Amino acid sequence: MHRIARRGLAIAATLVVAAASSACGGTGDSGSKSGDTTGVTDTEILFGTHMPLTGPASAGYSKIAPATKAYFDYVNAQGGVHGRKITYKIKDDTYNPATTNTVVRELVLQDKVFAILNGLGTPTHTGVLEFLKSNKVPDLFVASGSRSWNQPEKFPHTFGFNTDYTVEGKILGTYIKKTWPDQKVCFFGQNDDFGQDSLAGLETVLGADKIVAKQNYVTTNTNVAPQVAELAKAGCQVVYGATVPGFTALLIGTAAKLPGGTFKPQWVISQVGADLLTVGTTLGAAKPLLKGMVSDNYLPSVYDATDPWIKLFKDINDKYNAGVQFDGNIVYGMAVGYLTVQALQRAGKNLTRESVVAAVEKGGFKGPGNVPLRYSKSDHSGYGGMRLSKVNDTVDKQDYFGNPFTTDDGKGEVKEYTEAVPAPPANGIGTA
Amino acid sequence: MTATEEVENTRTQGATTLARASTVRGGAFGRTLVRHAVYALVAIVVLIVLTSALAGTGNTFLNYQLAMVCAYLCATAGLTFLTGINGQLSLGHGALMATGAYGAALTIRALADRGIEAVWAVFVALLVGVLAALVVGAVIGAAAARLRGPYLAGVTTVIAIVVPAITTTFDGIFKGDQGLSFVTPSPGAVPALLSNEEWQAYLGIGCAVLVMFLLANLISSRFGRQFRAVANDEVAAKLSGINIARTQVLAFVVSAGCAGLGGALMAAITQQAAPGAYSLTLSLYLLMAIVIGGLGSLAGAVWGALLLVALPDLSTRITDSLELSPDLAQKLDGNLALAIFGLFLIIVMIVAPGGIQGLVRRLSGRLSARRRSAGS
Repeated sequence: MHRIARRGLAIAATLVVAAASSACGGTGDSGSKSGDTTGVTDTEILFGTHMPLTGPASAGYSKIAPATKAYFDYVNAQGGVHGRKITYKIKDDTYNPATTNTVVRELVLQDKVFAILNGLGTPTHTGVLEFLKSNKVPDLFVASGSRSWNQPEKFPHTFGFNTDYTVEGKILGTYIKKTWPDQKVCFFGQNDDFGQDSLAGLETVLGADKIVAKQNYVTTNTNVAPQVAELAKAGCQVVYGATVPGFTALLIGTAAKLPGGTFKPQWVISQVGADLLTVGTTLGAAKPLLKGMVSDNYLPSVYDATDPWIKLFKDINDKYNAGVQFDGNIVYGMAVGYLTVQALQRAGKNLTRESVVAAVEKGGFKGPGNVPLRYSKSDHSGYGGMRLSKVNDTVDKQDYFGNPFTTDDGKGEVKEYTEAVPAPPANGIGTA
Repeated sequence: MTATEEVENTRTQGATTLARASTVRGGAFGRTLVRHAVYALVAIVVLIVLTSALAGTGNTFLNYQLAMVCAYLCATAGLTFLTGINGQLSLGHGALMATGAYGAALTIRALADRGIEAVWAVFVALLVGVLAALVVGAVIGAAAARLRGPYLAGVTTVIAIVVPAITTTFDGIFKGDQGLSFVTPSPGAVPALLSNEEWQAYLGIGCAVLVMFLLANLISSRFGRQFRAVANDEVAAKLSGINIARTQVLAFVVSAGCAGLGGALMAAITQQAAPGAYSLTLSLYLLMAIVIGGLGSLAGAVWGALLLVALPDLSTRITDSLELSPDLAQKLDGNLALAIFGLFLIIVMIVAPGGIQGLVRRLSGRLSARRRSAGS
């Protein structure tokens, strides 16, 4: 009886202590009267992101966030934005939506980041949209071209960055239609919104019945031989790939290994999976297979050494990113950093979550892109077009050709865009 | 062991089982029920206080983690019942969690499509998740009752691999790797008083305590002794008139139901059902967790569930705190949790073969013995 009493006493004491501690700490911390300043102090702004640093999609993509961080370090060394240094917390989600879910909660609930910046991936980021919305966290410049990011009424804090996959599908489709009018066109895509949005764009231009074979893949299964064999059987002459870099390499490598070695279609690959250095590194000795691959992009070309943006980014890469191999992922990461700083400059000294969203919605940002960013109150999508590129015969360059094109994700026509890209400011930091 | 010895052994075990069974009468069981009810009530009160205390720190991620511990606990308790009590090995409980998760996710989405976003929809979804897992559990259990040792392990492993693959094959319904996303209805009328994470923690606590209460009673009931008897010695159990196959299928179904509830809960908490959360690794983690926690007692399942949430968190803290080169940190980030888990398993197996719970019991036994000798 004694023991039971003692135990009861112990439990009761624990309850009292716990209740007392819960009563003490009950004050919320989000927001002063003028807005939500979570993650912002007088000296610091904290951003967080989820990235595939390891796993099936990490090839190339793992370099993006460190490049953005390097750009922030460059800005911090010049005094930061309105006296605040930018801190960037990078979390690995291995491109697994379940892990993304956990790390984003950790960033928002525990680390109390100001915003999620450039979270990468269509399947991964789709799963956290609702969570970010219910916590009113700015969700800036998602690293994917899914159209889901452009739903200002449903997700008022989410903004895309990439040219969306449907716009891309229409632009590449227009080029295919003009260049190879009589050839059999096929499609190979990721089995999520990435693949579906790309296919929708392609079908808008070519017509659904003109695509003779459609195959897809899942990132958790690296054997694409059955799908590639189907493409070969259908006699595909042009294959449009909506693939991440690792799967671009698998697609092209597997096609070359088919018995007979006769399946050599013209490859047309989405921008997100077509960086020559990234795919070339993955293919290794088989890199020459990339000869003549057509793709597109909206950021300055790594191979244009005279481009002032490339000079700036290369310089920052050498100083703040340990001079890692300078490829399209670095340019991408730095461009995201540049735009973020522009938005912060515009949001002003009294930075809040509300003010940064309003700053992005104001639109009209001028930066490294060869087409305009589309941001407005009613449009949360990123870049609105693409410029075509092609891998040369010696497979060491992926140069642009022709003018950029712009279009919308509906039935609108594909138009040439002729305005020149502005030069970067002298100190390399964008103004509002 | 010689053949005669074995027969002798069998007889003794059969006899003990019978002897134990015969001592049980209604009165004893009634007392057990009351004791378990008191435990459950105390657990609920403590956990509710803990939840609001955690929310008071302003870090609601801790509430999220508490809710996840509860979700894992449903599954580890079910697995402890199957493996520790009934002696059947399952390497496929992650798949049963997935079944529950997809059952719940599809229900919430279907109800939301019809404009129903009330809180009761969550409970309906959890129920559907459990029912889905019960059905799958019955099918697997029927096959498992015919299999022993490595063959059983083989079949359940296949289940663990096949179920995530089904979601990518029939991506029209299950949306492939991207999974199903939805908004879990919550009593959001008073968000200032109750954050979403707190509500999820309460939901988790309710389910986990219910599972523990039901399993604890089941284990100390007549059925429970049958389950144990089958685990100890099938021949002896058969001699005592126990239907072996039926007992084993029943154990599998009960265990599957618990795992299904765990999965459904996990879906409700993360607002998502995606195959990446229920890979073969999860199934292996569950088994490792109950072994480290202490096989054979429900308290061990609690330790296991705690570890499943705490160890990955610990590994990220380690990588964050060390000033590593970005390249090395990148390599460690996804893999360190696995290494720590493995290391922990080895250490526990050497130091405390009875798992953490065995260690706790041994230490508390030694302490009370010392106190007794000091008092005399």
